[in-house]
Amino acid sequence: MRLRRTMLKDPIRERHLFQNRAIFAAILCVAALSVLALRMAYLQVVYHQHYSSLATNNRVSLKAVAPTRGLIFDRNGVVLAQNIPTFTLEIIQERVDDLADTLDELATLIPISEDDRERFEHERRRTRRFNPVPLRFRLSDEEVALVSINLHRLPGVEINSTLTRHYPLADLTAHTVGYVGRISERDLQQIDTSNYAATRHIGKIGVERSHEHLLHGRVGREQVETNARGRILQILHREPPEPGHNLYLNIDVALQQEAKAAFAGERGALVAIEPGSGAVLALVSVPSYDPNLFINGISQASFRELSDSRDQPLFNRALRGQYPPGSTTKPILGLAGLELNEITSLDSVVCPGWFSLPGDDHRYRDWRREGHGPIGVTRAIVESCDVFFYDLSLKLGIDRMSSYIAQFGFGQRTGLDIGGEASGLLPSREWKRRVKREPWYPGETLITSIGQGFNLTTPLQLANATATLGSRGKHMQPFVVQAVQDPTSGEKQHLEPIQLHQVPIQDPGNWWRIDRAMVRSVEERTGTARSINHRLQYRIAGKTGTAQVFGLAQDQEYVEEEIAKRLRDHALFVAYAPSDDPKIAVALIVENGGGGGRTAAPIARRVMDRYLLARPEN
Amino acid sequence: MLLSDASHGHGLFRRLHLDPPLLLGLLALAGFGLIVLYSASGEDLAQVWRQVIRLGVAFGLMLVLAQIGPDTLQRWAHWIFGIGLAMLLAVLLLGVVGKGAQRWLDLGVIRFQPSEMMKIAVPMMVAWYFAERTLPPALKHLFVALLIILVPTLLVARQPDLGTALLIAGSGSFVLIFAGMRWRLLVYTGVLAAPLGWLLWTFGMRDYQRSRVLTFLNPESDPLGAGYHIIQSKIAIGSGGLYGKGWLNGTQSHLEFLPERHTDFIFSVLSEEFGFMGVLFLLATYLFVLLRGLYIASRSQDTFGRLLGGGLIMSFFIYLVVNVGMVSGLLPVVGVPLPLLSYGGSSMVTLLAGFGILMSIHTHRKLLKS
Repeated sequence: MRLRRTMLKDPIRERHLFQNRAIFAAILCVAALSVLALRMAYLQVVYHQHYSSLATNNRVSLKAVAPTRGLIFDRNGVVLAQNIPTFTLEIIQERVDDLADTLDELATLIPISEDDRERFEHERRRTRRFNPVPLRFRLSDEEVALVSINLHRLPGVEINSTLTRHYPLADLTAHTVGYVGRISERDLQQIDTSNYAATRHIGKIGVERSHEHLLHGRVGREQVETNARGRILQILHREPPEPGHNLYLNIDVALQQEAKAAFAGERGALVAIEPGSGAVLALVSVPSYDPNLFINGISQASFRELSDSRDQPLFNRALRGQYPPGSTTKPILGLAGLELNEITSLDSVVCPGWFSLPGDDHRYRDWRREGHGPIGVTRAIVESCDVFFYDLSLKLGIDRMSSYIAQFGFGQRTGLDIGGEASGLLPSREWKRRVKREPWYPGETLITSIGQGFNLTTPLQLANATATLGSRGKHMQPFVVQAVQDPTSGEKQHLEPIQLHQVPIQDPGNWWRIDRAMVRSVEERTGTARSINHRLQYRIAGKTGTAQVFGLAQDQEYVEEEIAKRLRDHALFVAYAPSDDPKIAVALIVENGGGGGRTAAPIARRVMDRYLLARPEN
Repeated sequence: MLLSDASHGHGLFRRLHLDPPLLLGLLALAGFGLIVLYSASGEDLAQVWRQVIRLGVAFGLMLVLAQIGPDTLQRWAHWIFGIGLAMLLAVLLLGVVGKGAQRWLDLGVIRFQPSEMMKIAVPMMVAWYFAERTLPPALKHLFVALLIILVPTLLVARQPDLGTALLIAGSGSFVLIFAGMRWRLLVYTGVLAAPLGWLLWTFGMRDYQRSRVLTFLNPESDPLGAGYHIIQSKIAIGSGGLYGKGWLNGTQSHLEFLPERHTDFIFSVLSEEFGFMGVLFLLATYLFVLLRGLYIASRSQDTFGRLLGGGLIMSFFIYLVVNVGMVSGLLPVVGVPLPLLSYGGSSMVTLLAGFGILMSIHTHRKLLKS
């Protein structure tokens, strides 16, 4: 058998063999196709419902629609924050064949900086799959055209038009309005993520942050039919977003501009408040920065430039700068002496140019080396005599002194509606025991009385205290946001001023005397603020101040010219006007400005002139 | 009709060397394919026309090959195989890279895929080899035949073109089975193939091929990545239901969720729009063609014709099972088109060339009238 098979062909046998195998193949075909048919029946009949709903989910998706952020205006309707349509170049990574190639290709079309790439790299790692990652913001029309005509060979690259926040006044109101930035991981933990599903920016600082809940609005929903690329084919159902509320601030841009110009490049801060209401008319911290840089993420280099600058443009001096108030608190201290019956307006003290505590030969110096001679409370304020207040502080004692001053808001946050303020420091016996674990020394009472030592105040606190003084003890909570406007009805709702408390008045005459003394410090030949009385058309009640940057040794002469500019004293000035019916209270500091009367007071005068004389509606 | 014998008939088909039942089945499939393609291409008539032209060329080639007698093919078999092998080597050395794989040989006028030719040349060569030898084949002859199959298969797999390699190996192997290879040997081969498979996985596969196998095992593990195709395809098929969503109404395909919907995944479009009923009709037509092909092969007068015919029809079978198995999630994703329905030229030309040969085998009969 075996031999024969290898030797000879047997056609009949081979045909039978093949036919057997062909029958096997036919059975295989029928079986395999039956398996396929069963598989189809399984998918199409048994699991039809399941796949049917998957198919529906595939094509119908719920898309969040971002609300338009509310606008911010100043008190006269000048736009401080708006939304402008811009074109953004975005990339969906999953649709790109070779990311590096695509980026290089794009770089040949439009400028793409290292910063752009860096930010893109950072962003793309935390973007969900199939979501666009922005590469370039604010494309020019020409750039849009250049990229658009090449889009066909750049799969995954998109140009999207979005509304972007813009601050037309740039640095002028940066420290008040603040800015929005891209939503960070930390922001995500604090917000209702469903309401922010389509939103990319959130308020980071200033009004933008404090009033985020009003500015943002309510997210809208769209039920859309999309294709596999996510392109929307039709909108099946739409629930429109509710735009955010517009805000009107108390801030007057004209005052901001005037103040900024008046600072003339010096560092410092100015706060202007309307006495009686607490409305913040101006809030200036110079130098400032362009908030537009932060909206889509500031580049490392630009940020380093800002944060490393010696002038600290990012630092909000008006709210967070804590300075010794210097002599600017003397009027309030004088008022304390009168109101608490420690002195009368007729009492006087002899000032020889220095003061010593009983049983101690340490000399506490007066700023005027030769002394002021015999001096009462009024002239002590006009000429800013230190010895008078050393004496007064000993009569009052630290406890009564600090509790009286505290009524004007020192040592605590004012509660400004945009937040971010520092609390300052009002020293007291209790504070020193708690924090420093030391007893209070009488010498410290003396230094506190002239606003040095442990004393720290913010320009905002100083302005609010001045407003309280000007409005006869009506202590208000300062506020920046004046009104909230419903974007659809246009209806404006004004926010009510909040009175924190009323400083008790023993004798209105005492308040009047202090007011006179402050007016005379401006108007009299010996007044410390006499530099601003030239052709003054209204009465200013003011007080200068000087805050020491570094201490002088005993008997060391303070010679301004010999001291490096950065070590010079800070110049301060507080004022309200018109003195009989105050409309504006101002506090300001010029860092390393030297004397308050010469450097600081003229800035306040310019701002007040602007507010009281040049207002178009007056 | 399945068992009707046109070879004894007369008239037009007889003179053209065509088998009417087989031709009818092929035309039915191609026609159904055009209808589905119109929908799958997004109602792009130009694309449908291009497919019609390709079908015309392919059916033309079928007609031409049907005129060439099996004896001629038998004489030329080893030459065809030799030229095909040489061109495969040429592709590896100087071929054009397309879609990450080297498959094309640029002949100046046309780009040519030698691997397509091997789908016919390999079973033809094996059939030629066995035709002169006694069957069932001796072990050493089986070995030679195995070499004839493996060399081109590995060359194609190197390109890399897994689908075509599978088809070449498959059709060649079916010739071995038709030749009467012992079942026992088949089982041994299977046992031997396991470690070979491991070697292939570790050393022979490219990353994308491995990821295909992995996602086949668990497509839901990466729903937007490599498993996306299969999941979307299953959704398309399953949502079709019993009667389908209707022609041009498939959401999965028209909203572009289905990938490669006019080529490898055209079956999913058909299933979505024509439902289980459409699928049954299609499978029944395929089964008719397959059985008719097997019948023709078994009716052949000589061993060469039988083996070649059987190998060619089973290569058609492999196409069908691999493609439908793939789109329905039974088999891994290998780039194998649905025979006669998928959009695209080269595989269709090869397939219809094969049917041309089958018809030739059937219609060129030596009249042995005593």
